[in-house]
Amino acid sequence: MKKTVQHELVPKHELLSKEEAEELLKRYNITRGQLPGILITDPALKGLEVENGDIIKITREDEVTGTSYAYRVVISQI
Amino acid sequence: MKALTEKEVEKMLMEHADSLPDVILEDLKREALAAGLTAKELETVLGDVLKRTEYAQVEPGEAVGVVAAQSLGEPGTQMTMRTFHYAGAAEMNVTLGLPRIMEIVDARKQPSTPMMTIYLEEDIREDREKAKEIGNMISAISLSDIVEKTETNLLDSSITFRLDTKLMKSRGIKIEDVITRLNKSKIEVPDYSESRIVLKSKTQELRELRKLATKVLGTHLAGIKGIERALVKREKGEYVIFTEGSNLKEVFKIKGVDKRRTKCNDILEIEKVLGIEAARRAIIMEILDTLNEQGLRVDVRHIMLIASAMTVSGTVRSIGRHGISGDKASVLDRAAFEITVDNLLMAGVKGEYEELDGVVKNVIVGQPVRLGTGVVELTMKMDKPKEAAK
Repeated sequence: MKKTVQHELVPKHELLSKEEAEELLKRYNITRGQLPGILITDPALKGLEVENGDIIKITREDEVTGTSYAYRVVISQI
Repeated sequence: MKALTEKEVEKMLMEHADSLPDVILEDLKREALAAGLTAKELETVLGDVLKRTEYAQVEPGEAVGVVAAQSLGEPGTQMTMRTFHYAGAAEMNVTLGLPRIMEIVDARKQPSTPMMTIYLEEDIREDREKAKEIGNMISAISLSDIVEKTETNLLDSSITFRLDTKLMKSRGIKIEDVITRLNKSKIEVPDYSESRIVLKSKTQELRELRKLATKVLGTHLAGIKGIERALVKREKGEYVIFTEGSNLKEVFKIKGVDKRRTKCNDILEIEKVLGIEAARRAIIMEILDTLNEQGLRVDVRHIMLIASAMTVSGTVRSIGRHGISGDKASVLDRAAFEITVDNLLMAGVKGEYEELDGVVKNVIVGQPVRLGTGVVELTMKMDKPKEAAK
């Protein structure tokens, strides 16, 4: 494993496999363009091998909502 | 009927893991075990909880954005308009209240009072001396800090800086280092000794001489650029360094600094160093802290929505003309927000379409708004009854 950013402000970022990504888009009946974006140059993606269009699963820990999952699609620029 | 064991309770709760939040599941588990509920009783409780959870959920079509805006706007009127506040006895200048909220929401390039909270690694957390040492090491020092007196000699157009040798010694700055630094920024030093530096200007003009002096005085010698002052304070049983000015990237390189917890109040800097998710989190924390400091309570979920809206694109964007309101795809949305005529004119020139799928647009054209009960559309399948008639 390569070094990833370790900070309490940075939640866990995981790369979804192609199948998982398709499954997610089907489950919510959405396209990639409807997901929030994350730049390919984002420091939190360091150590993950990502390319444009990949979907990142973010595990947010929050005192109110508990554990929740968010998804962002990798984009090269805004 | 027997009271349920922990495993049995867990199994029953796990069936609803998708429809109930983790926090509620944990509460239920704890309370069910404490009360010694039977399977039937837990079933009843679960049914009730599920019903109430569903009732508490935001309904489809609810205008959450408007509610968030109101929820933050109303307490905003109660906030202090005063920009400065002295936080505690340590005389740290921090922007608080309404100006701070505006700063966050506008995603300003730099906060008016950048600040860092530096935590230390576990083994030196309680070492005051070590904390002070690191604090000293990071605060930036330029030549002007160690110069005691500046003498300008017009006769041979030279400037002499008398140096504060005591301060130089305490900060570990050697005269040779100063000279190499100056040479690096292409400033020639014809003459120097332990306690003075002499510079010569090529021209006779006083103005040129002064210009040279200001340039030289600004030379960065030691510490981290951007950090003006460091203060060591004891907080919750450990020593924490507070700084005026911030530079996350450089501070992370310092040995002994806790890279997991050290943070700053510059959202854009956090975005650059830690990423968009960290920036989202930082926006939430900063707004919440500012509100709490003023004794105002706003539900986090409203703030979370604002932070999420600011970070959807992958970069932090401000709320306003130059950010998320100005980039909206719809013409009427932009026109309704600000600079109406320009927006309508430009849209006309470009030949833009308007889908009329939002709130403001439908109000403008006088149609029912697609909001609340208005989101629902009734359609009827015409062929079904026919089939039945056959």
